[in-house]
Amino acid sequence: MVRHALLPLLVVPALLLAGCTGRNTPNQESAANTPVQQSMKYDPATVGSITGTVTFGGAVPKPVTIDMSADPACKGQNASEALAVHDGKLANVLVHVKNVSGFSDLVQHPEVVVTQRGCRYAPHVVAVMAGQTVKFVNADDTMHNIHPMPRANREWNAAQASHAEPLEKKFIAPELMVPVKCNQHPWMKMYVNVMNNSFFAVTGADGKFDLKGLPPGTYTVEAVHESLGAQQQEITLGNKENRNVEFTFASQKGAAAAK
Amino acid sequence: MHLSSSGGTSLPRESIQTPAFHRSRIAEGKEAVLNPQAPQKPQFAQILRGTGVTPYNKAHHSFAIFTACATFILIIAGALVTSNDAGLSVPDWPTSFGKWVKMPPMVGGVKFEHSHRMIAQFIGVLTIVIAVWTWRADKRSWMKKLGLAALGTIIAQGILGGITVLHFLPPAVSTAHAIVGQTFFCIAVCIAMFTGRKWVAEEPATAVETQRPTLMTLSLLSVAVLYIQLILGGMFRHKGMGWEPHVINAALVTFVLTWTSVRALSRFSHVDAVRPPAVLLVSLLMVQLSLGFFAFIEKVMLGAAAVQPTPGMVLATVTHTATGALLLATAVVLAIQVWRHVPVLSEERASSGARKAVTA
Repeated sequence: MVRHALLPLLVVPALLLAGCTGRNTPNQESAANTPVQQSMKYDPATVGSITGTVTFGGAVPKPVTIDMSADPACKGQNASEALAVHDGKLANVLVHVKNVSGFSDLVQHPEVVVTQRGCRYAPHVVAVMAGQTVKFVNADDTMHNIHPMPRANREWNAAQASHAEPLEKKFIAPELMVPVKCNQHPWMKMYVNVMNNSFFAVTGADGKFDLKGLPPGTYTVEAVHESLGAQQQEITLGNKENRNVEFTFASQKGAAAAK
Repeated sequence: MHLSSSGGTSLPRESIQTPAFHRSRIAEGKEAVLNPQAPQKPQFAQILRGTGVTPYNKAHHSFAIFTACATFILIIAGALVTSNDAGLSVPDWPTSFGKWVKMPPMVGGVKFEHSHRMIAQFIGVLTIVIAVWTWRADKRSWMKKLGLAALGTIIAQGILGGITVLHFLPPAVSTAHAIVGQTFFCIAVCIAMFTGRKWVAEEPATAVETQRPTLMTLSLLSVAVLYIQLILGGMFRHKGMGWEPHVINAALVTFVLTWTSVRALSRFSHVDAVRPPAVLLVSLLMVQLSLGFFAFIEKVMLGAAAVQPTPGMVLATVTHTATGALLLATAVVLAIQVWRHVPVLSEERASSGARKAVTA
């Protein structure tokens, strides 16, 4: 009788462990899994660009207020950046060419520095080439821990004392929207995009992006937002052609609140 | 229904008529001989029911109560870590920011994580003391072993805590940390109970169980479904699965615990050791269901719109976790008291034919 009563104690954990699929994460597609559909011949004389603006349609939800009282050293703005809309323009959107790999040296992207100031990350979303160094700076009068939660890359968690030396890290595997958070200040969250080609940009407050140095060809251009999801457009680019592309994201239930 | 003896085995065994089938099995050595004259190896239940083996030690008992209460505080501290999403705010282990002793600034998530570590170390020291004290002062060998088991459990629990930090909170490991933590709490409560004056000095009043399933079975089933609920809740809390299995199993927990409590209170309310845990079990169940509803609203419904743990979310989930620990410990206490006071007779378990003879 005792044996029978205790049997579920043994069976259920085994079933649970067998059925677990790991932690729940938002819809993040690894760029590494994207099939390379295009083989480009690069001629600087023929390159063009794809520029455009990402807008937000519909009523903008009121930003969620952040309570930073857990640490007296945390000052500054206290509204969530999960949905940053200014005059209808959507910031923090990664726009990239999806169906190309390689060409990492065609477009020079500046050094990526993520600064922790006022217990917030600036910028909120960054994009780097796979293997490129990301420099984390703590400009706050308090300690932080930096904890990326990737699927394709190695997970790590490091403490960084107030005004300590910058922490330089590399993300090797292409992967979109890697969440990075501080567990000491749980409202602090940002995203690192690790790219497999150099045709990418992150929209600023004006919602604009500029993908430079693209040879003629047909491209899948994708706009990815941390909570609003992803949109794609097929764009054919001729010699020295500059095309304008618009993306419009609509409000989703709970999108403003997504962490 | 009441028997004056301290155990069920003193029933008149001559009343047992062994059927031919069982006689043949006994002859083949496949079944135990129910011989009242033959000295029998004492069963664990009988050992638990034994009285007068060790003297009541007030200091030992008080220390055990203190350890159990402090463990409850530790469970709350651990729940605060998870609810405040602070499990990784101190990245290293067993050191904290590379230091063994120096306390870091207690702000943000560090406040919860480091407090949890300090309280856990304190409980570790208390457990060492209780294990050594029990080994030296308690004359019951199984109590000595229980003290060592408590020590082994708290060591395993500390290591699990370290593993989950160093591996970035894998849901299975974090859930195991929750399960072992509450198991240790149950052990601490049991040690406090086993060292109590009532336990060591009283002559257990026993009552015969005639209904099926027995209260013993129901009590063990209560412990089992609560463990399953702990696993499901832990896996949801540590992002290993959705909330649905935990909520669905809550219905099963409610059914089994209500059945157990109703049986205990309707049939054995005159047994002083059984009544209080049975009342507590059904009371805590009501509280826990309310807290579960509260936690569901805060975590599942409102939590999706939160950019950080809200006070309501923390309050709901911590109280739900802590009450769950109390509920599990109560179920364990009830099962043990039922084992002691409402024993399932050993001859009943030997054969169904013999059971009919005894209960007739």
